[in-house]
Amino acid sequence: MTETPQTDTEPAPAEHPERPSTVDLAAAFEGSGVREVLAELDATMIGLAPVKARIRETAALLLVDKARRQMGLATETPTLHMSFTGNPGTGKTTVALKMADLLHRLGYVRKGHLVTVTRDDLVGQYIGHTAPKTKEVLKKAMGGVLFIDEAYYLYRPENERDYGQEAIEILLQVMENNRDDLVVILAGYAGRMDRFFESNPGFRSRIAHHIEFPDYSDDELLQISQIMLGAQNYAFDEGARATMADYIAARRHQPHFANARSIRNALDRARLRQANRLFNEAKGPLGTEALSTITEADLRASRVFRGGLDADRRMRQAAE
Amino acid sequence: MRLRQGQFSFLPDLTDDDIHAQAQYAIDKGWAVSVEYTDDPHPRNTYWEMWGHPMFDNRDAAAVVFEVNECRKEHGGKYIRVIAFDSSAGWESIRMSFIAGRPAEEPGFRVVRQEGEGRSIRYTIESYAVRAPEGRRYA
Repeated sequence: MTETPQTDTEPAPAEHPERPSTVDLAAAFEGSGVREVLAELDATMIGLAPVKARIRETAALLLVDKARRQMGLATETPTLHMSFTGNPGTGKTTVALKMADLLHRLGYVRKGHLVTVTRDDLVGQYIGHTAPKTKEVLKKAMGGVLFIDEAYYLYRPENERDYGQEAIEILLQVMENNRDDLVVILAGYAGRMDRFFESNPGFRSRIAHHIEFPDYSDDELLQISQIMLGAQNYAFDEGARATMADYIAARRHQPHFANARSIRNALDRARLRQANRLFNEAKGPLGTEALSTITEADLRASRVFRGGLDADRRMRQAAE
Repeated sequence: MRLRQGQFSFLPDLTDDDIHAQAQYAIDKGWAVSVEYTDDPHPRNTYWEMWGHPMFDNRDAAAVVFEVNECRKEHGGKYIRVIAFDSSAGWESIRMSFIAGRPAEEPGFRVVRQEGEGRSIRYTIESYAVRAPEGRRYA
């Protein structure tokens, strides 16, 4: 979006100085700093096209809504609670951070901090323990965004005396009554979140934005791996890059594949092997080049090329 | 008789928005805000009952207003105050304190005279409210 300067059709000053009669969306867009957040999102997050599109739409909606409120057309705070569904390692937490920043810049949350919790932080261990614990977390998140990771663990239908239900009731109450104070983002795997919403219809109706995170493609994961390495001042050599592509293709079909998180773990192990190799092979002073290059050998040694973890391989063989 | 203790006590009762603004000021200064209540309004009654823990890691005053309202539900007929504790070296003390809730009717204080040796008289004050046992005042 580009700046569209107002020319000779400058609006006459409104009767109420605090209630403008026209609104310049482009200027509001520039002024709120939303552009920086969206640009940062584009620059730092690879892929995720549908997620970015949804965030763009949400930002536009909120900007228009803010303008409407300034003009006295809307009075209600829009429901901002969201659910992020997607496989592990698809960037849900990172996007939640950006979302908190975005909402802060648009003035929908006052502080813009992100409080990340899981079931353990909300649900107590004995009777009477849950309510204070949940309220404590909610208070901490006020003025910001509460991110509940793997939210479906809150609801355990198999145990009817589970305290999760109590946490859910308090959450729902605060989500409804303190809509100005905090935004709740529920995150988790798509299938299990759907079941969670089915059994807790209160949640589904209170959440306006459902955003799905797709898996990364092989190309995107390769790009991500290069960015991750670059951030730590490492780089692949030519052979290593091709090996990494093979690695991603092989890893995807093995159990416990967690998209970008698997890549990060693989790179951590490659750095370990690189350090070990340098230690064993180096016969003189090493330059920065040697210290910061991951070679094919560092990646080839991975168990992924030998069919995964020993335990998983045995299980598969037993199944066959 | 309207109790005048702490900040803003000569102003009309603070609204929730006022409480929010004051608490946010304290939070932005890095002070831990907490809510307390009592049914003994004597000015030298320093330690009121704590309503929950001091909120050390809350960044937004909405939590304070929330707790004040929770406290009002439970102890609506008593005095409720919001205090801000500054833990930085050299202070380690309360920096702000203001009343956020009070009973509908405040009977005030009476002067108590105690006759001492000779013709000396010692004076003190006592709230009419504390003549009833604790928990049954301001009913």
